[in-house]
Parts: sequence; C-alpha cells; structure tokens
Amino acid sequence: MNQTLSEQGALIAIQGAGCQSCVKKIKHALTPLTDTDKVSVDLQQQTVAIDAAVDIPAALEAIRQLGYPAELKENQQDKENKRNNDGAADDHCELNTEKLESSPEQNASPPSTGQAGVIQLNITGAKCAACVSKIEQALQNVPGVASASMNFADRTAAVEGDADTDALIQAVEQAGYGATPATDDAADQEAKEKAEQAYYKRLLQNMWLALVLGVPLMAWGLLGGEMMVQTGLSQFAWLAVGLITLGVMAKSGGHFYTGAWKAFKNHSANMDTLIATGTGAAWLYSMAVAALPQAVPEMARHVYFEASAMIIGLINLGLALEVRARGKTSQAIKRLLDLQPKTARVIRDGDEKDIPIENVRKGDLLRVRPGEKIAVDGEVRDGKSLVDESMLTGEPIPVEKKQGDKVSAGALNKTGSMTYVAVKVGKDTALAQIIAMVKKAQNAKPPLGRLADKISAVFVPVVLIIAVIAALAWYNFGPDPRIAHMLVAATTVLIIACPCALGLATPMSVMVGVGKAAEAGVLIRNGGALQQAGELATLVLDKTGTITEGKPSVLEIQAVDGRDQTELLRLAASLEKASEHPLGMAIVESAREQSLTLSDPVDFHSESGQGVTGVIDGVTVLLGNRRWMETNHIDASPLKEAADKLAEQAATPLFMATDGALAGVIAVADKIKSDSRDAIARLRERGLRVIMLTGDVKRSAEAIAKQVGVDEVIAEVLPEDKARVIRDLRQKAAQGELVGMVGDGVNDAPALAEADVGFAIGTGTDVAIESADITLMRGSLHGLADAIEVSRATVRNIKQNLFGAFIYNALGIPVAAGLLYPLLGVLMSPVLAGAAMSMSSVTVVSNANRLRLFKSSAANAQHQQEEKAA
Amino acid sequence: MSILVNLLGLGAIAFVIYWFWLWRPQSAARSAGGAIEITVADGVYSPNHIEIPAGENATLRFLRKDPSPCAAMVIFDGLNISEELPVGHAKDIRIQAQEKGVYKFNCQMNMYQGSLKVV
Repeated sequence: MNQTLSEQGALIAIQGAGCQSCVKKIKHALTPLTDTDKVSVDLQQQTVAIDAAVDIPAALEAIRQLGYPAELKENQQDKENKRNNDGAADDHCELNTEKLESSPEQNASPPSTGQAGVIQLNITGAKCAACVSKIEQALQNVPGVASASMNFADRTAAVEGDADTDALIQAVEQAGYGATPATDDAADQEAKEKAEQAYYKRLLQNMWLALVLGVPLMAWGLLGGEMMVQTGLSQFAWLAVGLITLGVMAKSGGHFYTGAWKAFKNHSANMDTLIATGTGAAWLYSMAVAALPQAVPEMARHVYFEASAMIIGLINLGLALEVRARGKTSQAIKRLLDLQPKTARVIRDGDEKDIPIENVRKGDLLRVRPGEKIAVDGEVRDGKSLVDESMLTGEPIPVEKKQGDKVSAGALNKTGSMTYVAVKVGKDTALAQIIAMVKKAQNAKPPLGRLADKISAVFVPVVLIIAVIAALAWYNFGPDPRIAHMLVAATTVLIIACPCALGLATPMSVMVGVGKAAEAGVLIRNGGALQQAGELATLVLDKTGTITEGKPSVLEIQAVDGRDQTELLRLAASLEKASEHPLGMAIVESAREQSLTLSDPVDFHSESGQGVTGVIDGVTVLLGNRRWMETNHIDASPLKEAADKLAEQAATPLFMATDGALAGVIAVADKIKSDSRDAIARLRERGLRVIMLTGDVKRSAEAIAKQVGVDEVIAEVLPEDKARVIRDLRQKAAQGELVGMVGDGVNDAPALAEADVGFAIGTGTDVAIESADITLMRGSLHGLADAIEVSRATVRNIKQNLFGAFIYNALGIPVAAGLLYPLLGVLMSPVLAGAAMSMSSVTVVSNANRLRLFKSSAANAQHQQEEKAA
Repeated sequence: MSILVNLLGLGAIAFVIYWFWLWRPQSAARSAGGAIEITVADGVYSPNHIEIPAGENATLRFLRKDPSPCAAMVIFDGLNISEELPVGHAKDIRIQAQEKGVYKFNCQMNMYQGSLKVV
C-alpha cells in the first residue's frame, strides 16, 4: 500500500483560516486529491477533516501553498491504532455517543453555571468518544471533584464537587484539549441585569448622599451666605465642613479616586482622572484656604466644598441615568433571548414530560402544542400547524408546517399540535446563532467611529494639559483674585470635558441599529457593512431565487396539430426523469403533480446547452432549444411566434419533437416573487441603480426586467462569471461609489465576496447566516430595502451623536476655561460644568435610543393604510 | 512667585506628556503555559500589557469586577474580537495565531486600555 495514502482520511490542523472564502479555497485545493464532499473545515477548531482516501503529504502541501500553515493532527495510523485498542474506533465512538446521547437519566438535572457545586465547561478538541473517558479521567483527578461527566454530543462537561474552575480547565488543557467555563446567554443576561440594577441603586445612593451636603451648601452661597473664610469661628466651621465633604467624597465618589489612582499607576488616564483631579483640586484649595487663610490674598479666601460635593452627586446621577438608558439599547437581544423556551415537552417511551431545554438531545422526539414555542430546531414527524417565525425572520405571515418540514427554535406554534425530532440543539440552533451574530455585530465599530476612537484615546491627557494652560493664563493675565480664578477655570475645564460622550456616540447607535435590523430579519455581520449598506450606489440582484422564487414551473404547453398536451408532458417528463437541470426538474414535477406515469428513457443523450433526446415507449423524443431542433433537422418555424411570445412573458420555451416531427413547445418559467416589483421600486426611490444579473437568454431576461422595473439587465452570464461582472462594475463605478450584490449566499458566494457589501437572501432560518456581510432572513426583497434604510438611519444617528459630542467638548472646554469672561465678566461655575458633563453622555445614549422608534418606509406605509382603514 | 507658578505649570504639562504618552512599558505579562488572567476593575485592565508569541494561539481570561457598563465590553482593534464580559466570573477570549505587531484592546469608550503585543 502506498504509505502516504490514507484510506481512512486525516485530520489536519491549520492556522489562519478565518472565513468562508478560506473554506472554499481549501476545499478547492483538495479537489484533485480527494472527494471534497467528505472534506469539512472547522474554522473554530482550525482543522480540516478529510473522511475519504487522501494522499496526506500532498494534502498538507496543497493547504500550505494557500498560505495556511498545516500539519497532520491525526492520520490513518493513529486511527488504526485506536481501532486496535478500542475495538472498531469509529463504531466505538458511535456507540459511546449513542450511550451518552440516549442516557437522559445521566444528565437528568443538568448542571448549570449558577448551580451550587456544579461547574459546567465547554470542551473543545474532542474528536471522538474515545476522548470522553480521557477528559473525564483528567477532570476526576482534580482535587475536590466528586464526579465528572462529559456530554460528547454538545461537547460539554459537568463537574460536581468543590473544585476550582481554573484547575479543571488546566487539567483538560493538560490532557490535550481545550476548556472554557460554559455560560448561558439567558442566565448571563439575567445576571447582567441584576448587576446593573444593583449598580444603579448604588449610584443613586451615592448621588443622594453627595447632594444632601452639596445642595444646602450651594443654596447657602446663592442666598448670600458667606463663602469666604474669615478668622475665628467661621474658619473652624469651614474646616468642619471640609472634613464632612471629604467623608462624602470618599463614600460617594471613592470609586472615582481609586480608579484615577490605578489608572495613573498604569500610565493611563480616564474619566475618573478628570473627576478626581477636578474635585480633588477644588477640595484641596478650599481646605488650604480654611486651614491657612492668611496664606492667600483676602479676595481669594473662597471655599468650593459645595462644588466638590455637587459634582460628585451630579456625576453619579448622570451615570445612573446612563445605566438606565443603556439597558434599553440591548432590548433587541433580550427579545431574542426571550424567544428561547426554558423547557421542552419530550416524548420518551410513550410518556410525555417537560424537561429543561439543556437536556434536549439530538434525535429526541418533542411535542409542541398550540400557543407554545418550538424548543429546538427540528423536523416535523407528525401533525400540522401554522407557525409564526416573524420574531426570527421578520416574515409576518405564519407558515404552514407539516410532516417533513423544518421548524426553528423560538418560532411560535399557532394552531395545531405537532411532534418533531430535534435536529439541532443548544448553540447550534438558528436562534442561538442569530443571537451570537447580533451580539457580535452590536459591538462592531463602523469606520465612521474611528476618528472618535482616536480622539478619545488621547482625550484625557489633552484636557489635563488644557486645564494647566487655562490656569496659567488666568494666573498671568487674569484679574484678581487670580489664584481663585485659576482654580475655578482649571476645575471647570476638567469637569466639563466628557470623553464618555465621544466614546459612546458610535457604539450606542450601532447597538440599537443592529438590534433594530435583526427585528426586521436583517442580520448585519460587521460594522463596515452596517455603514456601507446605506452608501451603496448600485445594487446587483441575482435573478433566480432573489427576484424570482427560484423554483421554475411549467407555465404552458402548446401542442402542434391538436396533439395531446398531457401526453407531450408525459413524454417530456419521462425523458427528463433523471435530470438535475432546473428546467427538466420543473417538467418532471409538473407531470408528478398530474399523477402521470413516467416511462424509462432508452438511448438517452444530452447535448450541453442545447437539449436532450431518447426513446420513450418506442417514440423518439427531442426536447431543447431552437438550435437543438435545427441540429436535428426539425423545422421549428411553425412555433416560432408562439415561442417568442412566451419568452416575452419571461418564460423559457423548450421545443419538442416526436419521431422527427415538431410536436409542441413547453414553456417553463420561474415565478417572480409577489413583492419584488414593489421592493425594487422602493430601492430605486432611494436613489439606487438596480441591476439584474442572470444566465437567462436576453429576451426572457428583459421581459422579467420589465415586469419588475430594474434599471439595467446583464443577461447570459455564466455562474462562474458573476464575480467578474461585479469586479467590472466596481472598477467602472465612479470614485467612492459602492456596489452591492444580492444572491442566495451559496451559489453566489464569490460574487457576494467581490461586492462592497454582499447580501445573502434566504427563506427562513435555513439561510447560511455566515455567508455574507448582511443576511436577509426573509425571502422578500423588502428586507433589502429595510437593511438600507436601517443602515442610513443608524449612520445618521451616529453622525448626530458624534457631532453633538464634538461640539459639546469643542465649545464647553473653551467656555469653561473662561473664554467668555472678557465679554460677560463671569466664569462658568464648576457645578454647572458637572451638570453639563453628566447630561452629555445621557443625551448621547438617549439619542441612540431614538433609533428604537425607527420604522421602515414599508412599515410606515402599512401603518398609514391601517389607520386610513380604521 | 510668579516664575515658580509658571514653572510648576510647565512642569505639570511636561509630566502629563511623559507619563501618559512617552512612557513605554518595560515588562509585559506573558503566558506561563495556560491562560493569561486579566482583571477588569477600577478603570484599568491589570495587567494591561500582554505579550504572546507570534503564530501561536493564546487565551486571555478576563475577570470583570467593575459593574459599571463602561467595563462591559472588550474590543480588540484589528482582530475582529468584541466580547461582553460578565461581572464576577471569568470570560476566556481565544486569540488565534497572529502575525507580529501590537494590537490595542479597550472598552467601548476607550477608557479601559490595554495592548497585546505579538512577538
């Protein structure tokens, strides 16, 4: 046997593959070496698994040549060794898997992260069930572990006992695998809300404490009370007030001072630095005046204790309001998390019982009753019902589900009771993937926010320098009392400057915008796509499956000389019986719908791009385009006019001849989606140039283009040339004009990758959500228009926020430094600066929250119609 | 007196420039075989300078103690990583093998700042 050839395949560790196009490249490179249907690339694990015979060194070399470091992780030899050790290794894996998957008792009450004494871990790198015992053994050896069991099906391990999580992780890592503490999205969200609620309460307490001291002190000053330190009793009184203020500052604002100190030690500066320096300077100066009034000029013997207390109070208030407003920005995620039911009704041994969702395993039979949510992704076994998937896909009309149909976790079962088999559970369900993707995208930054990032990274030290310059300017050029003016100007500059507003401007809008898009069934993968979708000038729509349903059907049959149409269909369908061509499949489907009995073709022959021939029940049948008829010396002219008419109706005419004579024409058409025309009109109203891209003949493509109202048609394009067309369009586009491409995400992947923004359009949760920059979960092109409108609204909102934050700081800081003093003769109070600062970030978050009210133009139009109807 | 105040002011400016911008970390935290632990509290990542070898995967284990929403996210510039950090329990972030260079990581508002140096 060739030593380099592994009959059993191989597992190859790679590095640096990060996207679907890498997967394609790797598979493509392996095409000459193995059966690529048996090749799977795991981007997370960075492995290429080949389950077919392969020349390992050649495979490694092919992958390395693409630029991905590759080395063999496991080969035939290893596998065979395992076989010898374990019996048939794969069978053993199977058996073990089954054992683990079908032992509900073993996992009857699955441990969760929050449960006392039980630690749940996610395990990576476990390839077969033989690893299970190794991992379990490694965990059991950790001191304090009472029991450890691993679930191979969902790659989790539950450890009972009193062990340290880190030690457990280390043990797994030492055994050659990876482990992370398992977290549950819903539990995380709940914990986050609790923590935020507690934090909110603490901030309010801090605020009250500081204001209880600050407000009376400020009122005293405003009502004419003496704020200057005189000798004698007033000096002692102010010293006492100073000490009380110090206590309040430590209690209510202690976190600012510790934060500022720790940041300082780390050579970094943040908002705490500004607050601590500002309030600290005011207190120190006031304390110095109170302690040694003689040391400062008489006019400068003013105390600012009220400023320190008020600023601390107001900033705590601002933070509390911000926490509240921020909670609202993640409502979309919360809504998605709420879709996930907590329990599922499982049928085992004929008994039905509710079990926690984490206990549902692949292959379990589940029941869903009317009004309940589907628990996991599955396939309907029995029963039928209307299922509302609107929360997942944005598709407003409930879909009928019957035996064999797929159902998705989170969808609402409306009318009937059904049983279904669990196909995907846990993190693999479409809902879990949608949540993960939305969460990730919500934290993405569009390029627009980069300038703000750059500024906020250096903002605090710059403000510190401005404060010093302002103080020096007052000292050198200001009127008396210079030293007091110096302090007020510097403190006010430090307090009014708000890096938070700048830093929050982009992420808050992105959080709300991405969430809003998800509600409409639009999944945005990254910040760049969020921004660029709204900037597109040209949109290229693939015809099949995007503008049309993607399922051709027989539109019409015209027979010559009164021949029987049904017989023609039967003959044509018999000829195409084994066809995989969409047009042929449409003819077979039509015959099946009419319950026609099909015969087997004899002497079948097909000519690519022309047609097919064969003998059916003794009749020689020809089926194909006009050229096919000419090649076979059949005069098709009697049906030319009819065929042209059919092409003008956007159908593809297929000529048919029997025993050397023209018999008829069968028109096959792909139905245009009912709302494609309206959606394309919406896109054009928004100033986009809409181009249709298709492999169809020009006449038929133009007919469709006319029906749906696109600006331009690019017809007769071979599938492999689509990416080139997009590249040409991008090259020809004017500077800065962006080109978007919409396709099904599978066949069009290269074209989607070539476009500035690639949109994958799918029907329901089946769509591959990682395949494009933006995924439209519902089949309608309205989703595309919605995506563009959400993008534009979000970018507008970000710009408002950035503008507000820039202007606030650009105006606020010079005013605080005393720029208006020569005109108005007053210096801004540090207390006012504190109020302005705390409100600035709240304003940014509140403006971002306005996006929650965004409604697409289609939704608006519908709302108006409903109002009119009412 | 006036000269002294001005000198003090200029000294303060020079100090700010040196301390926050010109200073370069002498040492960085390195992995001792397992995950590198980073505490998120009081406005700073501790440690905030991390070093990992090029071409190798690494795990950063963040333990967030600060409940303020400012600390909730950690974003790695240029690595397409943005993760939410739960309060009170560790969150592992796996860094796939990278090329040599310095990758900044920070919170959403850039107040928490750190750097990941791939050497």
